[in-house]
Amino acid sequence: MSTPLTLFDKLWSSHEIVQRDGESLLWVDRHFVHEGSFHAFSRLAERGAAVAEPALTFGVADHYVPTRGRGKPIPNPEIARMVSQLDKNAADQNITLFGLKDRRQGIVHVVGPELGLTLPGLLIVCGDSHTSTHGAFGAYAFGIGASEVAHVLMTQTLWQKKPKRMRITVDGKLSEGLGAKDIALAIIANIGTDGASGHAIEFAGSAIRALSMEGRMTLCNMAIEAGGRCGIVAPDATTFDYLKSREFTPTGAAFDKAMQDWGELKSDAGANFDYEVSIDATAVAPFVTWGTSPEDALPIDASVPDPTLESNPERAKYIRGAIDYMGLAPGKKLTDIAIDRVFIGSCTNARIEDLRAAAAILANRVSKVPGLVSPGSSSVKRQAEEEGLDRLFRDAGLEWADSGCSMCVGINGDLVASGERCASTTNRNFRGRQGVGARTHIMSPAMVAAAAVSGHLADMRPLMARKS
Amino acid sequence: MEKFTRITATACPLPAENIDTDQILPARYLKLPRKGEHGKVLFQDLRFDADGHERPDFPLNRAPWRNAKIIFGGRNFGGGSSREAAVYALFDYGIRCVIAPSFGDIFSQNATKNGLLTAVVTEADGGALTEALTQEPALGVTVDLGQQTIVCGDLHFHFTIDPARRTRLLNGWDDIDLTESFRSEINAFKAANLKQRPWTVPTQAT
Repeated sequence: MSTPLTLFDKLWSSHEIVQRDGESLLWVDRHFVHEGSFHAFSRLAERGAAVAEPALTFGVADHYVPTRGRGKPIPNPEIARMVSQLDKNAADQNITLFGLKDRRQGIVHVVGPELGLTLPGLLIVCGDSHTSTHGAFGAYAFGIGASEVAHVLMTQTLWQKKPKRMRITVDGKLSEGLGAKDIALAIIANIGTDGASGHAIEFAGSAIRALSMEGRMTLCNMAIEAGGRCGIVAPDATTFDYLKSREFTPTGAAFDKAMQDWGELKSDAGANFDYEVSIDATAVAPFVTWGTSPEDALPIDASVPDPTLESNPERAKYIRGAIDYMGLAPGKKLTDIAIDRVFIGSCTNARIEDLRAAAAILANRVSKVPGLVSPGSSSVKRQAEEEGLDRLFRDAGLEWADSGCSMCVGINGDLVASGERCASTTNRNFRGRQGVGARTHIMSPAMVAAAAVSGHLADMRPLMARKS
Repeated sequence: MEKFTRITATACPLPAENIDTDQILPARYLKLPRKGEHGKVLFQDLRFDADGHERPDFPLNRAPWRNAKIIFGGRNFGGGSSREAAVYALFDYGIRCVIAPSFGDIFSQNATKNGLLTAVVTEADGGALTEALTQEPALGVTVDLGQQTIVCGDLHFHFTIDPARRTRLLNGWDDIDLTESFRSEINAFKAANLKQRPWTVPTQAT
């Protein structure tokens, strides 16, 4: 009998071209580029090289695109240059581009899946750490830097050392209204931001199987915040249903062959993992972050940590620094933290399901603070408008904008002012992430909506109960 | 790419945990083209206040460490965003080696492609190094990649690095030339893959 293999082993071996010095040269099935990939295109130009496989390369305008005033010229010349530079690079290299004017435009990690470009069994890379998102389909997907982007453009391959294999099993039923973001933050709070360092994470268990594709994408998106090289969920009926009738999903005989191959994409019984973690879904509460790293996450009924109670001096120093930056006090109840604004958006939590969850809390209520809603893609935006969600956001007093990375990274000009506190559906509460001196608390879309209508961090569960 | 074999230099301690790439290079500088000038904005918001004045308490702004070529960091150094410009900023400033108990994976990979060594040490050795540098800030630190050793005064310990990354740094290799030497294997894989997994090549539904 052959050795039982993990899903990751199977993905790895099906892409291995050669081995050398403890690394393997891997074939890349799908390469996404965005405005930030310009360093790699410059490298290409320096060598006088062309893109090796333009048919496997797709461009998406997301990082710098404005979320307001679409159709008009971009007022900031530097940002306009970033967007037009991608247009030119894509045109020069015959790369299909979902640019600013394309109705399919959106955030790369939302657009790839919704167009059926992201498929089970593929190796997918992009010069963005949240490429781990695509692992939700049972793909091996990870973020790379500019040198590696250039390497993939020129050769369609990449040198990688095989990561160790990790399985995070989440069993049990989540409480009503909780979602993948809560699971993700519970995991990161448990294992730390380097807890999965050097590992490929497979998410398994009944709570994972019960997640929609949107939820699985949120979870795999956050795998990078646990330090993982990638996050993967084995494809199943939920995956295959999602893929049906998407623009680039294979059809006919190719689809039949794909389904046959995809059926093998699961860890064999008895397969060996280097590191196993178990999480009880029934014990997961709505999580929010208090500090400046995603591992600084606690259930909403907790309080800001007290560094004097921390035995590790380095950790105590870290906590003091984070509390100081965040303008908090040790022991303060999380629900007493007043906020200045909210942001609903990003590759983490701006898909249709996320917008529905937030809108359900905001319906017939008014936000006590200003806020911005930027859908994950132009398609998500259209669908939300068909469902009337835009009206619920607007009626609550929030701004309904176009799609892009927006206030998650702030480079398109959507910024949180210095000293302001933002409840955000994004992935990183790093210092200055949403703007110099900005204070970010990350949480699920429902929890951001609850914070909006409360004016402070709040448990969304009573707000759900009151409605029904 | 510049080779890395061995250096002796002052080492600046930045032992805080989770110094992410957003702090190494804030996102607003991601538009900068590569001209060797990213060092000017290294740790911009940690090094300078809102008016552009140096923050005197930031270690790189202090006399013994201003010209450091080595940074000694905390757990999960370089976690977060895949921005390679964070490595450009360190390199252009003059940093050639970062020592830490753990690194963001993508950061380490990017560092290797640019001649910047990321040396992993145990928490205990890290603690001893911090102690030594606190007592004698100007103490020279020698990092030898061939031997995988760090020497600082009386301290002498090993660090870890992936063998392939070590080989690359020692030789200053450019990956693309290496990969092109496997062109026939790549072409053979591509042809076989197309036969075995035809669905991997996207075709637009009509």
